[in-house]
Amino acid sequence: MSSIFPLKHAGRALPAMPARPWQASPAQRIRRRLAERAIETMLLLAALVAVFTTAAIVAMLVWESVVFFRSVPLLDFLTDTQWTPLFDDAHFGILALLSGTLTTTIVALMVAVPLGTILAIYLSEFAPFRVREVAKPFLELLGGIPTIVYGYFALFFVTPLLQRIYPELPGFNMLSAGLVMGIMIIPYVSSLSEDAMRAVPMSMREASYAMGATRLQTALFVVTPAALSGLASSYILGISRAVGETMVVAIAAGMQPNFTFNPAEPAATITAYIVQVALGDLPHGSIGYQTIFAAGLTLLLITLLFNIIGHVLRKRFREAY
Amino acid sequence: MIPKSFTAATSEAGVAEIRRMIARHKTWDWLFGLLGTLALLFATLVFAALFGQMLINGVPHLSWEFFTSFPSRRAASAGILSAWVGTVLVMLVTAIVAVPLGIGAGIYLEEYARKNLLTDIIEINVTNLAGVPSIIYGLLALGLFVYQFGLGQSIAAAGLTLALLILPVVIVATREAIRAIPQNVREGAYACGASKWQVVSHHIIPYSLPGIMTGVIIGLARAIGETAPIITIGALTFIAFLPPSPFSSPDHLLSFEWLLAPFTVMPIQMFNWLSRPEEAFQANAAAAGLVLVVMTLSMNAIAIWIRYHFRKKIKW
Repeated sequence: MSSIFPLKHAGRALPAMPARPWQASPAQRIRRRLAERAIETMLLLAALVAVFTTAAIVAMLVWESVVFFRSVPLLDFLTDTQWTPLFDDAHFGILALLSGTLTTTIVALMVAVPLGTILAIYLSEFAPFRVREVAKPFLELLGGIPTIVYGYFALFFVTPLLQRIYPELPGFNMLSAGLVMGIMIIPYVSSLSEDAMRAVPMSMREASYAMGATRLQTALFVVTPAALSGLASSYILGISRAVGETMVVAIAAGMQPNFTFNPAEPAATITAYIVQVALGDLPHGSIGYQTIFAAGLTLLLITLLFNIIGHVLRKRFREAY
Repeated sequence: MIPKSFTAATSEAGVAEIRRMIARHKTWDWLFGLLGTLALLFATLVFAALFGQMLINGVPHLSWEFFTSFPSRRAASAGILSAWVGTVLVMLVTAIVAVPLGIGAGIYLEEYARKNLLTDIIEINVTNLAGVPSIIYGLLALGLFVYQFGLGQSIAAAGLTLALLILPVVIVATREAIRAIPQNVREGAYACGASKWQVVSHHIIPYSLPGIMTGVIIGLARAIGETAPIITIGALTFIAFLPPSPFSSPDHLLSFEWLLAPFTVMPIQMFNWLSRPEEAFQANAAAAGLVLVVMTLSMNAIAIWIRYHFRKKIKW
């Protein structure tokens, strides 16, 4: 970029000034405008990558699923309770995988929702400044631990621990996978919930205190109701995360499709099934290869649904005040 | 909730009852504070258990040889050389792709985008992508990069997959950092005759850099630990060789053969050891997990430190 004022020549003999030094020549102006345009276009293209990615994901999953549903009727897919795509007697009942996903998700929520909410209320309304300054990054760190490490923890720490209380528990079970998954999404739930509670205006708390309410009364009867849609959105985004979680369940819950809602049993989730197929060596274009795309499409639709509900709720709490 | 005694507050007994009520409510307050502390303590305990267990099982296995040996059929002599080299190379590809794209997209959305349908579509897509499970990215990569583009189970395919995965993280961090810059910085620059790109490149990017760096590091830390998408593209788990060196080519200065080489990464190696029935390999898994956790935690800690440090330093 050429400077209008030749500062580089300071101290030396200055070159002759043009008649209007502040005006760029027409050629310069065109060049500059073109450069600006080119940069804007490049930045737009970078932003469009997000759109292309979404389009590519949908196109890829739908494309392979369409081929899959040509050989497997949609009704069988949705109502059969067996999932044995690689056997001679092949069944393609997604319910067998959905039951695993649902059970682990419910177990995870039973951990993450109460603990996440308590932590959010505590950090937003109760904790002294110093505790908060330490606790928030600490929770963030917990959320940054790779999921495979949580899987290891579930299989080799939580399962043996549970087996001490309940000796019949099999080595692979949905209970320990769900519990660890719940711990894993606590930071997620608590930070989103806390954001929602922080967004409640101070004047509402002050009004409550002025009426003689205690901290807990203010937190439970003023702040929490006001932040309710934000809290709900954090739970729903937590659900979407639990549904899509892969490694913890693949490691600790086993990879056998099993139509059951008993958390003490092993069962495969949708994600665990995809991992299991990918670990094997399936030829590109076979029915087994297509099943993972059909399973993936199901997964995407479920998480999409929860994400949309979550974002609608979150928008509402943002607009409330 | 008006206590019965409220009207009788002037009487001696009424005052005593109100005092009792206040004490009762204060006890509840105290109890909830305790509950919150216990919840925090629980999180700390979980973290300690997770870390402690890996320390106990993994530390005896950590040695110089562990970092310089290839995986092996014998647990005692197996190491993570190919895994950490693979992780470094995949992260290189991821960073080279995701950082410019993410920052560019963030700048576009904050500084250039007009309020129109296209912008709305882009924004919806970014928020939506952030919520897509990572294994779905693996399926996209399997269909698109591995088979359509013919990249195979290569470093390039894995790097691109993880780049798409962390793109929303980088975009969101960039946007938040840019939004924190006060409007008068821009107005001042425009008043001096700066063009849009001059404002962005001279002011917006430098001031938002700490925030962007935080996002990039957090994104990369997430990518390092991602296992599911890499398994989904069908990456091999037993790799006892290194990708070709970029300096091996005789006639070029740099060779890019390594981009298409088969590879393994840390979490894949750990998963491989985890799923073996022999007990001896679990110690390897613990050691690999320990290295992985230390890597991601230190990256996250650096990111948090950068944010904290610069938040204190910058005064608008």
